Amino acid sequence: MSDTTADVPTAVPAVLVEGVDKVFDTKKGTVTALEQIDLTVAPGEFVSLIGPSGCGKSTLLRLIADLDTPTTGSLTVFGKTARQARIDQEYGIAFQQAGLLPWRDVSANIELPLELHGVGKAARAARSAELLALVGLSDFADSYPDQLSGGMQQRVAIARSLAESPRLLLMDEPFGALDEMTRERMQTELVRITAETGAAVVFVTHSIPEAVYLSNRVVVMSPRPGRIRDITTVSLGSAAERTEQLREDEAFFENVSIVRELLHGETPVGIRGVENR
Amino acid sequence: MTASPARLPRRRGNPVAGRVLLGAAGVVLLVVIWELYKALGPASGVVIGDLTVLPRTTDIAMPHVWDMIATLFEPASGGRKGDPVWLVVAQAAAFTLGVAAVGWIVGVVVGMLLAVLMQRFRTAESAVLPWIILSQTVPLIAIAPLVRRWGSQISVGDFSWENWMSVAVIASYLAFFPVSIGALRGLNSPDANHVELFRSYGAGWWRTLVTLRLPASVPYLLPALRLAAANAVIGTVVAEVSIGLKGGIGRMILEYAQQASSDPARTWAPIFGAIAVGLVAAGFIALLGVLLRRYRRGEVPA
Amino acid sequence: MRGQATRARTVLAPVLLGLFALALWQVLVVAFDIKPFIVPGPIAIGSEFGANLSTVVQGALVTGGNALVGLVIGGIGGILFAVIAALVKAVDGLSAGVVSAVAVVPIVALAPVLYAMYGANAETARQLVAAIAVFIPVYVNTLRGLRQVRPVHRDLMHAYAASAWQTTRTVTIPGALPFIFTGLRIASSLAVISALIAEYFGGPIGGLGKSITSAASSSNYNLAWAYVLGAILVGLVFYCVTLAIEMFVTRHHRPTS
Repeated sequence: MSDTTADVPTAVPAVLVEGVDKVFDTKKGTVTALEQIDLTVAPGEFVSLIGPSGCGKSTLLRLIADLDTPTTGSLTVFGKTARQARIDQEYGIAFQQAGLLPWRDVSANIELPLELHGVGKAARAARSAELLALVGLSDFADSYPDQLSGGMQQRVAIARSLAESPRLLLMDEPFGALDEMTRERMQTELVRITAETGAAVVFVTHSIPEAVYLSNRVVVMSPRPGRIRDITTVSLGSAAERTEQLREDEAFFENVSIVRELLHGETPVGIRGVENR
Repeated sequence: MTASPARLPRRRGNPVAGRVLLGAAGVVLLVVIWELYKALGPASGVVIGDLTVLPRTTDIAMPHVWDMIATLFEPASGGRKGDPVWLVVAQAAAFTLGVAAVGWIVGVVVGMLLAVLMQRFRTAESAVLPWIILSQTVPLIAIAPLVRRWGSQISVGDFSWENWMSVAVIASYLAFFPVSIGALRGLNSPDANHVELFRSYGAGWWRTLVTLRLPASVPYLLPALRLAAANAVIGTVVAEVSIGLKGGIGRMILEYAQQASSDPARTWAPIFGAIAVGLVAAGFIALLGVLLRRYRRGEVPA
Repeated sequence: MRGQATRARTVLAPVLLGLFALALWQVLVVAFDIKPFIVPGPIAIGSEFGANLSTVVQGALVTGGNALVGLVIGGIGGILFAVIAALVKAVDGLSAGVVSAVAVVPIVALAPVLYAMYGANAETARQLVAAIAVFIPVYVNTLRGLRQVRPVHRDLMHAYAASAWQTTRTVTIPGALPFIFTGLRIASSLAVISALIAEYFGGPIGGLGKSITSAASSSNYNLAWAYVLGAILVGLVFYCVTLAIEMFVTRHHRPTS
């Protein structure tokens, strides 16, 4: 289930968004949050959505997760409707807030989705031990969320999103509330974890370096109405090559500049790796 | 009401009217259940062992709802001749409402003063707060006859203590508690940011209280005032019974209950009166909430 | 050092204030020669309480028993009904009118009709008065708590395709526990007071409420006050036990991000 990687092309994309609009009804009339969105995410691919506040990047993620439904257009996850994919638990999800249940200890929090889907006690315990090791929190299995720092809580939330070995991870600014140091460490860990699990990732962020460091492709969005302005491919090598040194690398800075210029609406100087849609 | 706009189901028509209609339907449903059980249930009730689980269904135990309503328009036995029951009940309800209002005002003033005192001095909070909480486990209503006796000792000049004042004192004793707790929480509710901002302006304690803490406490205070109003009404009705104050709803409930064997439906008339008093009191607080809506912008709907 | 000072303040301050008030009360009673029919001194009440301990305890068991039955019935009923109302919108709407009416109504006013419905020789009517009085704060607070589900938790459960009942069981009810206990804590004192007052409206003798009035009417004021002390203690026990259970159950409910 988790051995699909970007190198093996698969006919069915992880996420396929075609001509999606999202219009919200509010008290003061309608607001177009997303307009004519087309996006394909291949299995095993890491795609970041970046843009200023109000560009609809979180809305797009919520549509993929079937937490909201598109007004028009079609949206499939591994060839299924978003609703069916949610019911089949094709994805794991993490939010900006860790969203841990304060009355459950760390391992019980990680086991929550397994418990809901009828996994046996022994299997649950084995899986949560495995995931705790993966996120480096084995010593905290019996701690309660309020005893953990923000970064540790977020790692628990990521472990929880991985609990059912999903082929797709949806992450909505999961590191948004963390300090810069913790944030960089978490990014490095996320690169390692996604490489180990081979899951595709849709990652919402408003940090340019974060998007560049993590992604295979960066989707740059513009607000009012939310549109995809450009999609740029980042070629910074495999997960093993993305170490802390990469942050100092010339290629890294180049990609950061490209994304920044796209965000500010200028034509990027280096045309390299840009797809226009 | 705070659901994300996407999940909010689209409402048709007037939501307030819909809620009122549904609430009224609930009352009708209750009446239907009452009459259905009366029609179908056994006359001696459902008894398991020695315990009556469901009530008797005789006309004395459970009069018809329409009889309860009809009796409202019959002439009352007491009071002026020819006055229908509803008018007598309404007069008693107005009397009870007046006493409850006095008790409520006294309770609110005392509660606010205590809250301000506790907010100002932390030692006062730790010394007084446990006793305020304990005070509510003391059934002052139980010693209502003794309260009346205290009052009868007071007589200064032309002023003499009257029974209704004892009732109001008991009402205020029940009313001050939610106010003091709610107001304390409200006065302590401003963020540290705001308090520090006021300190940086060199604002003194009094200015901070008036311009920051009191306005900030409104969302906490309103539910407390509502509870206090309900408590004041309850306290008044019960104290009327135990002190033996005539003229109010409480006494009327007891009097009509004693005539229950001759006219069981009439027992309900003063109970409807008590409900009306409670609803009027709650309506008054709702009005207060509308007047203070400026201070409730940040309020999280409960 | 600081912790010790805080603890001294939270424990010592109320105790000192209480002792001071008791001492002042006693001194005033002695100094002004206040008659027992107005108010006896705390020492007189205490000695009367000790002398009649067994009858006070018997009365406390009757009244406390009624209150306990009412608290359990009203508590369970309130929680169950709130869960149903939170799951089924129509139930919430239908009950809103009745509940808001009952909330502002003196429940004890129902005592006479309940005696008629259940018989004046049984304690059932009193237990029901306590149960209805308990029901309201438990229902209102539980429903409020059930609606406090944080959006992130709601999204999470939706993403897990959890059923309505799974969401209620794993997120909504545990999250509402602090609110449920706030309701139960308020209700615990209410149950005792309601059971006590219901005795004034009729029914069998033996409880603390009847004992207070009968002692007062036979001018045995010290004894009346001893029964009042008994009622206070019953209320205290109910409150403290509820509080202890609350603190144990909600010990991990400190908010986290």
